[in-house]
Amino acid sequence: MSARANILRSSAAHAILIAYTILALYPVFLIVINSMKSRRAIFNDPLALPTRQSFDLVGFQTVLEQGNFLLYFQNSLIVTVASLFFALLFGAMAAFALAEYRFRGNLLMGLYLALGIMIPIRLGTVAILEMMVAANLVNTHWALILVYTANGLPLAVFILSEFMRQVSDDLKNAARIDGLSEYRIFFTIALPLVRPALATVAVFTMIPIWNDLWFPLILAPGESTKTLTLGSQIFLGQYVTNWNAVLAALTLAIFPVVVLYLIFSRQLIRGITRGAVK
Amino acid sequence: MGNLTLNKVCKSFGPVDVIRDVDLEVKDGEFCVFVGPSGCGKSTLLRMIAGLEDITSGDVCIDAAVVNTVPPSKREIAMVFQSYALYPHLNVRDNMGLGLKQAGQPRAEIAEKVDRAAKMLDLEKYLTRRPGELSGGQRQRVAIGRAIVRKPKLFLFDEPLSNLDAALRVQTRIEIANLHRELGATMIYVTHDQVEAMTLADRIVVLRDGRIEQVGAPMELYNNPANEFVAGFIGSPKMNFLNAPALGQPGRSLGIRPEHLTLSRDGGLIEGRVSHVEHLGGETLIYLRADPHGLITVRLFGEHAASVDDRAFVTPDMARAFHFGDDGLRMAA
Ligand SMILES: Nc1ncnc2c1ncn2[C@@H]1O[C@H](COP(=O)(O)OP(=O)(O)OP(=O)(O)O)[C@@H](O)[C@H]1O
Ligand SMILES: [Mg+2]
Repeated sequence: MSARANILRSSAAHAILIAYTILALYPVFLIVINSMKSRRAIFNDPLALPTRQSFDLVGFQTVLEQGNFLLYFQNSLIVTVASLFFALLFGAMAAFALAEYRFRGNLLMGLYLALGIMIPIRLGTVAILEMMVAANLVNTHWALILVYTANGLPLAVFILSEFMRQVSDDLKNAARIDGLSEYRIFFTIALPLVRPALATVAVFTMIPIWNDLWFPLILAPGESTKTLTLGSQIFLGQYVTNWNAVLAALTLAIFPVVVLYLIFSRQLIRGITRGAVK
Repeated sequence: MGNLTLNKVCKSFGPVDVIRDVDLEVKDGEFCVFVGPSGCGKSTLLRMIAGLEDITSGDVCIDAAVVNTVPPSKREIAMVFQSYALYPHLNVRDNMGLGLKQAGQPRAEIAEKVDRAAKMLDLEKYLTRRPGELSGGQRQRVAIGRAIVRKPKLFLFDEPLSNLDAALRVQTRIEIANLHRELGATMIYVTHDQVEAMTLADRIVVLRDGRIEQVGAPMELYNNPANEFVAGFIGSPKMNFLNAPALGQPGRSLGIRPEHLTLSRDGGLIEGRVSHVEHLGGETLIYLRADPHGLITVRLFGEHAASVDDRAFVTPDMARAFHFGDDGLRMAA
């Protein structure tokens, strides 16, 4: 293989990747540029960049003035981060137990915990609502956090137990001889070693929670617990839609997920390279 | 003190019996090596002694106290693993000191013990490095250091050298032998390397299918194997098993070591054809095909010319041959 062929091959690969990136990012880019244009400019030429004449922050103004946008934002963040935390924590713990301890019914238990991947949780909406009413949790963050945690667990258990099985037995045994408790082994040895898998699960779990409209609408529609997605609905009317505000809200909603994603993907890459040089 | 007694120890994984009725006594300061084919239960037995694996039945005693239910960290043992098993997030110093820290020893004392072990193992330069920044040999020395600082009654080694290259293996083997002399501690060492077993052991335990086949000093096993399995397992290259009836000898097979055969071109007891020759410099191994005995290995000292398909005769030194009966056991000569 000559060096030239290598360059050709790698530039072809890069061309494909760049094309894909543009394709994937273009809608986001459109949302962001249009959020900074006047209403007329949005409709006249949706693909144009904002110019001096068409530049208008009226959308952002509306969003920040109308409704409790900051509060919605905060609600979304609390619900997403808390659900993510619990799904990852309990998922990893269950995965560790399934991978590490031999007990009767281990395999069945693993299957049972992973079964939820195939069953849409929305099928149980009525029962969930009844349960939340009985527990007096409607219109609280906990209603959403509990549902999302339950929804995130099956995938977390499924993916993480595979990775937990790969954590060296010798390492765990060395720690037991050194007198570390099972909890310390889990937190200080197993968890850091499956960090790339944790990041993957986190990304997969996070996005649907952040974007969800269904459960906030049913379980926590109250003003104080509204999430961003639900809060933005006021701009989408049956007859009139305030596009400036919708686009501005979407633009603002993108940033936290991007930040969270960047954090996780860094972990992901760090985990991969660390495994490679070990 | 570090006496270990195993009393009718058994282990089953579900319906599979992995360790069956193992009785063993290891005296204080002894270097005891477990050998056996892959899958015979060496590691499992070692893990049972360490307390990492539950015992199905029987007793494990350390210094006359039954420790069946004592957790690993309270058994005053230390273990060195084949895969080093160093904590990737801790530097060398913390790796070696973690056990003592968990036991609640004062910081200054831990530092002193770690320094002493590091000096012993020539690791002083690396104390602040992470395991990822060390070579394989250095990592294994850190693992050994982690064992030393605990001052255990019992050292357990599970194939500690098999991830190292040949030169490093010899060097580390000598270090372990020196360590045993210096510390005078009881050591139990699992390996399937002939040379490690023969050179390190005070006593070798030969295991097969979870049972002890024979226990004895290396030369005792070499000169006086109890059965065909032990005879074939101890010694390298492997002992030849000739067809005894064809030679007019009692029993099923006649065991003779490759070094106790003489080769001649002109005549001898068994005629065969050379099928392969290995020149090792100091010695020459000649493989001979001879029916009905199969492949016979002859070990000659020095250089010998021989080429494939040559006709040759071998004669066993009958005084050093072993007779094995139909049950595989050694028959009285
Ligand atoms: N957790 C387990 N569940 C079921 N069977 C097991 C388990 N661990 C080990 N075994 C079985 O026990 C037997 C002994 O295993 P062990 O690891 O002790 O062998 P070994 O003598 O150390 O072999 P090697 O020389 O290859 O390391 C093997 O047949 C293995 O399949
Ligand atoms: Mg083993």
